[in-house]
Amino acid sequence: MTTKTINLTLKVWRQNRGEKKGKLKTYFAKNISGDMSFLEMIDVVNEDLTKNREEPIAFDHDCREGICGMCGAVINGRAHGHEKETTLCQLHMRHFSDGDTIVIEPWRSRAFPIIKDLIVDRSALDRIIQSGGYISVNTGGAPDANAIPIAREVAETAFNAAACIGCGACVAACPNASAMLFVSAKISHLALLPQGRIEAAKRAKAMVRQMDQLGFGNCSNETECEAECPKGISIINIARLNREFLKAELC
Amino acid sequence: MNWFTAFLGSSIGKKLLMALTGLGFCFFLFIHLIGNLTLYGGKNFFLSYVEHLHALGPVIIIAECGLLLFAVIHVTTGALLFIENWRARPVGYVMKKNAGGRTLGSATMPYTGFLILTFITIHLLNVHFVDLSQQTIFQVLQNIFAFFPYVVFYTLAVIIVAIHVSHGFWSLFQTLGANHPKYMPFIHGLGICFSLIIALGFGFIPAYIRFIV
Repeated sequence: MTTKTINLTLKVWRQNRGEKKGKLKTYFAKNISGDMSFLEMIDVVNEDLTKNREEPIAFDHDCREGICGMCGAVINGRAHGHEKETTLCQLHMRHFSDGDTIVIEPWRSRAFPIIKDLIVDRSALDRIIQSGGYISVNTGGAPDANAIPIAREVAETAFNAAACIGCGACVAACPNASAMLFVSAKISHLALLPQGRIEAAKRAKAMVRQMDQLGFGNCSNETECEAECPKGISIINIARLNREFLKAELC
Repeated sequence: MNWFTAFLGSSIGKKLLMALTGLGFCFFLFIHLIGNLTLYGGKNFFLSYVEHLHALGPVIIIAECGLLLFAVIHVTTGALLFIENWRARPVGYVMKKNAGGRTLGSATMPYTGFLILTFITIHLLNVHFVDLSQQTIFQVLQNIFAFFPYVVFYTLAVIIVAIHVSHGFWSLFQTLGANHPKYMPFIHGLGICFSLIIALGFGFIPAYIRFIV
């Protein structure tokens, strides 16, 4: 069985390492299979660039299964592309049409400086986690499943928040480049469970302070983050973060 | 007080200031609208309401001082948030599309806020800081709404207030931490209804005074 192929025009952000300015450069992607992922399509383009002794397009990737949070770029103005709850590595070329022009840009935020081309430094998210996104007890081996009773609804809500892969799409999509959805997901998944509840107040204060210091913008409830999150993290978590922070500061 | 200033200076603290002062303005808009609806009852009914309102004396002065304080906090915090948010993305996207979360209200909050501030200033100069020794407040309204460009300006301003409130109303609940699938759809709906009531209630006052009274 032959797979339908398409030809595309790519406008890709190219920015050399250490340079403050970059520009969109045009490439042609020919005979692209609809079964390819977006990253595989860039692989094909990069093979051609390498053959022509040109610098390949630098982009982040790892698992290519939609679970690691490494990949991500703004595709035609949408973080991870236009498909709902899909990471860039799981965005397949069948969702594009023959002759399409695709603009590919890196995440843009003061807190995410560009390293090269489409790769940005997202260590700001790691520093937020380092400031309090953990529990400070030795957990030891895996306990029995029902050793600590947790209501199913609470566990589900915590797991939904824990689905955040830290890709940074929320920051990229937010008109203010705010990291509130990311922080709220981490705060929620720990604060909802008994192991994380003990340090909830200290964690909320530390993580919000760190987020503010790193140059992210402020949340203005535009909900673009929720709409673009590849894991469907809800802004209900942001309301929970607001509650946790207010409780931590005022109670 | 260090913890207090640090708390209010945080991103969530600033949002809290916006939410609480915004809630205060929603209350004010509601009370102001109820008062102004007496206009639809005729000149005498409206003037009777004004007389009763002014009879409250010190309560009115305290309320006005509170509103002024709220306005200073709302405007300065809003301006600070606008600058911080602008600085958070020094290089913008060549192409950016909305994913469906943004609304006309949410996307234009700083701009509608600035326009509302301009309107309030002009509105206060026209109806609040006027000499009422030779004329009633009803005659003041008749005079300003006789000038057609002011009617257009007032109507546009009321629509802008409604757009601002359409996002601000539900947003303040979210900032206060009140978001749950059980009641958030109701708050969203209430916000839209409140915006429409403001737009219609205030918006038809010029037409009523010009063509019906």
